[in-house]
Amino acid sequence: MRQFIQDIAENNHYQATHLLQILRQIQSRYHYIPEAAIEQLSDSLNISRTQIISVIEFYSFFHLTPKGQYELLISDSITDHMLGKKDLLDYLADKLAVTVGEVREDGLVSLDNTSCTGMCDQGPAGLVNGYALTRLDRPACDKIAELINRQKPLNEWPAELFQVEDNIYKSGLLLNRQIKQGAALSSTFSRGVKETLKEIDKSGLRGRGGAGFKTAIKWQFCSEEPQTERYVVCNADEGEPGTFKDRVLLNSYADQVFEGMTVCAAIIGAKQGFLYLRGEYLHLHDKLQDILDQRRQNGLLGNNIQNAGVDFDIEICLGAGAYICGEESALIESLEGKAGIPRNRPPYPVTQGYLGKPTVVNNVETFLAAATIAVNGGDWFADIGTEKSKGTKILSISGDCARPGIYEYPFGTTIQTILNECGAVDVLGVQVGGPSGTFISNQEFERKLAFEDLATGGSFIIFNSSRNILDAVQNFTHFFAHESCGFCTPCRVGTSLLKKQMDKIVEGHGSAGDIVALEELCQLVKNYSHCGLGQTAANPILTTLERYLGLYESQLKEISFEPGFDLDGALETARRMANRYDAGAHLAQTESEHE
Amino acid sequence: MANKIRVATTSLAGCFGCHMSFLDIDERMLQLVEVVEFDRSPLTDIEHCTNCDIGLIEGGVCNSENVHVLREFRNNCKILVAVGACAINGGLPALRNHIPLEECLNEAYLDGIGVENPQIPSDIELPLLLNQVHPIHEVVKIDYFLPGCPPSADVFWKFLTDLIEGREPSLPYELVHYD
Amino acid sequence: MSKTITIDGKIIPFEEGQTIMDAAMAAGIYIPHLCHQPEFTPHGSCKLCTVKVNGRNCSACTFPAMDGQDVLSETEELIDDRRKITQMLFVEGNHLCPGCEKTGNCQLQAVGYHLNMLDNHFPLFYPDREIDASHPDVMIDQSRCIFCTLCVRASQQKDGKNVFAISGRGINKHLIFNAESGLLKDTALEATDQAAHICPTGAILIKRTGYQVPIGERIYDHKQIDQVSLASSGSRPDEALPPSLAVETEHVKHGE
Repeated sequence: MRQFIQDIAENNHYQATHLLQILRQIQSRYHYIPEAAIEQLSDSLNISRTQIISVIEFYSFFHLTPKGQYELLISDSITDHMLGKKDLLDYLADKLAVTVGEVREDGLVSLDNTSCTGMCDQGPAGLVNGYALTRLDRPACDKIAELINRQKPLNEWPAELFQVEDNIYKSGLLLNRQIKQGAALSSTFSRGVKETLKEIDKSGLRGRGGAGFKTAIKWQFCSEEPQTERYVVCNADEGEPGTFKDRVLLNSYADQVFEGMTVCAAIIGAKQGFLYLRGEYLHLHDKLQDILDQRRQNGLLGNNIQNAGVDFDIEICLGAGAYICGEESALIESLEGKAGIPRNRPPYPVTQGYLGKPTVVNNVETFLAAATIAVNGGDWFADIGTEKSKGTKILSISGDCARPGIYEYPFGTTIQTILNECGAVDVLGVQVGGPSGTFISNQEFERKLAFEDLATGGSFIIFNSSRNILDAVQNFTHFFAHESCGFCTPCRVGTSLLKKQMDKIVEGHGSAGDIVALEELCQLVKNYSHCGLGQTAANPILTTLERYLGLYESQLKEISFEPGFDLDGALETARRMANRYDAGAHLAQTESEHE
Repeated sequence: MANKIRVATTSLAGCFGCHMSFLDIDERMLQLVEVVEFDRSPLTDIEHCTNCDIGLIEGGVCNSENVHVLREFRNNCKILVAVGACAINGGLPALRNHIPLEECLNEAYLDGIGVENPQIPSDIELPLLLNQVHPIHEVVKIDYFLPGCPPSADVFWKFLTDLIEGREPSLPYELVHYD
Repeated sequence: MSKTITIDGKIIPFEEGQTIMDAAMAAGIYIPHLCHQPEFTPHGSCKLCTVKVNGRNCSACTFPAMDGQDVLSETEELIDDRRKITQMLFVEGNHLCPGCEKTGNCQLQAVGYHLNMLDNHFPLFYPDREIDASHPDVMIDQSRCIFCTLCVRASQQKDGKNVFAISGRGINKHLIFNAESGLLKDTALEATDQAAHICPTGAILIKRTGYQVPIGERIYDHKQIDQVSLASSGSRPDEALPPSLAVETEHVKHGE
């Protein structure tokens, strides 16, 4: 092991910023991070062991105790549930003779849940040793169990288990026009970088992650910073349940995304860029690396790009299972090899980002759009869309529809149009923008896709009338409690309290005051949390409370108060130990049950 | 004197320290009984609550009997008050909350040091323990909270006189203590 | 003309680089806080110091003061919500004051008193967290930790050591110690370290000193935390320690 770790450390130039990448390799080899590895890394990277442990314990894909040689994770997104995930997980646990959340006694396999893996259009999905599994069903589970029990190495598993489809059903402005490799850069250099920034400004392009900050302004601020060492970061940590468009863009449009990053670098004067790729997209890593190599060979990365005197290169950094790293300052912390805890702002990343230097962080789709704008000019883009939302938006559509997949629409398109085209019928409502977005009911389908109406990072989950909205809300609320980084009190404690309160109501233990208590808690978490995660964690509850108050109320007992825990259940241990079976050994949950 | 305010008190999983502190209002008790009449309470030996205006509950909920007593108070008292740390957050009895009940019982009755004739007590007269000790507001609705271990005599006095004189009860800074 | 901000209608001056908290404290205005101590890099995690700046919620300890800001702090809404945030801190840990040596000297408790917090409001978590009593002079009860990182910062920034770190994610966060064994006794921590005295709750305690000052005669038994906090701010670092802890430190020094 010593030599193995020594080699990894050396390959990473003993840089502590590469800690996540180093730990990924160790986890992959040993299925945990052994104590000896921590000590050795502490020496060779010259960081404290506590820093290493805090990183291991922060990310879902790192472990201090051994997982199975086959680490099997099943995606817990609501869309996977809608496709029968729970039954499948039980089936798999049974087939493999392993308890969910544990390692089988022989150490061969471990099975657990994981947050949305970004395969909502082809779930139920999972990961085995980090590689995406799609369209799981019972036959696939049988096969997986057999392969594991026969200890077949992953490279001998049938390819169809890992088959990931793009599922592009509707192309528009961006997806229709593959630009030629290098075209955006040559346009940029021949037009001039300042003029290209003007074109991007003219295009009205706003950040595609959901927040919608104007891209040209961000780039301009960064370029005006006195510090000349600057960075470009592409945020490919799309962890919002229900979104998977970046997966498709990086699978089929990666060249353009990298080109957009390079255009940005030329404009702001950055020499180094990073693609922060969510760990769940490990399957894309080698392909992306090849594209980068090819671009280097073609003089589109490296020194003196296109003989324009611009030096720039891109490094791919993989995440390790933490939704919070989609928040830009948490992402930067993660890039620096630390736990992904959002920073205090100001200062913003454009002034103090990666290693304290000015940094532009943009979404995958934003860079793709920027590259296309660099070729076609700003007006071409600004002609489409609405007054405040120019261009198109690429949606990841999943849930109850005939054709889940990727759809590109001009801003201003109505929800009804989208529903018609993806084959959704008998629709109850749509979760627009993922759990952190808005749930809209079937009374609101004339609303429009736009920053000024329904803003979205791309997640679009459809529920038909056979679904129980509260199941979705409960799933989302659990998700946020699981993904809260824990930095600030309102989110750390509040998301756990929301989970408890929501469970209480859904499980039928709620009474009159519980909805008021729920709403009050939602406001507290929303108004006082440190970052976007906490500020939006209550959205699933708030947006459905607003629309379906009656549904919540129907869950409540018609009494003024009900204990928040199972009273009789809490006597079970004592009953068993005292061998008591008399009536006095039981408690009714409420007094009305006595009568 | 038919219009006297009726007060009931009890101690659940508590130590009666709050009751002792209540008695520390000393000679003010004479003023109090001018306007107050005690119903069920360790001070009166009345076994069951009748209709009361105020119920003072000391201690948390650790067993089935606590649940029954608490419900009797809730059903009979217009205003129910959590008195002291244990009623409010489980207090020191709640130190057992992160130890599984099975371990607690094993240690106490089966394999602990000095246990003779090891057996888990089992009698229909004995209340069964809940897995955890709970603050009383998790089992019934509570109207007011008087923190302290125990709340000082002045806390009782301030609270009761506020209620009796028709004011919304409040505790000034010097009367708020958690210890 | 010096720059000013307004806090609850009161105009106060500030210097470039000061946070709202810095400016408020210099002007004798107390904004409740637990994770902040003027001598350390602000952290901004407890959120008790949340104020409304031009209508938007900001942490006073990290947000820069800027000319003309209109800051609201002692509004009914903010006071109510600060109380609830304090209640959140109480329910996520095991804060059983009657059984804690720190009672009366505890800032978490004192903030509760200041905000007239009478109950826990939320369901209690009763977490199962570890106690480390391995060190000869210092003990740590994780169930009282509120993740303010003051010990982490004090050890790094004042003691020149790196004894503590916060590990884990979300509600499973916990304090870890820099030793191969993971035990406090094997770290470089000494009872005289500032990190051993900075804890605003009873999570880090100096052994054999807990009851030198009787309950009832402790700091917050008689003084509100706003007076204590303002009196100790902006002065020499060792004066920033609450008086009883300063005495404790002395005692330990003499004892050696």
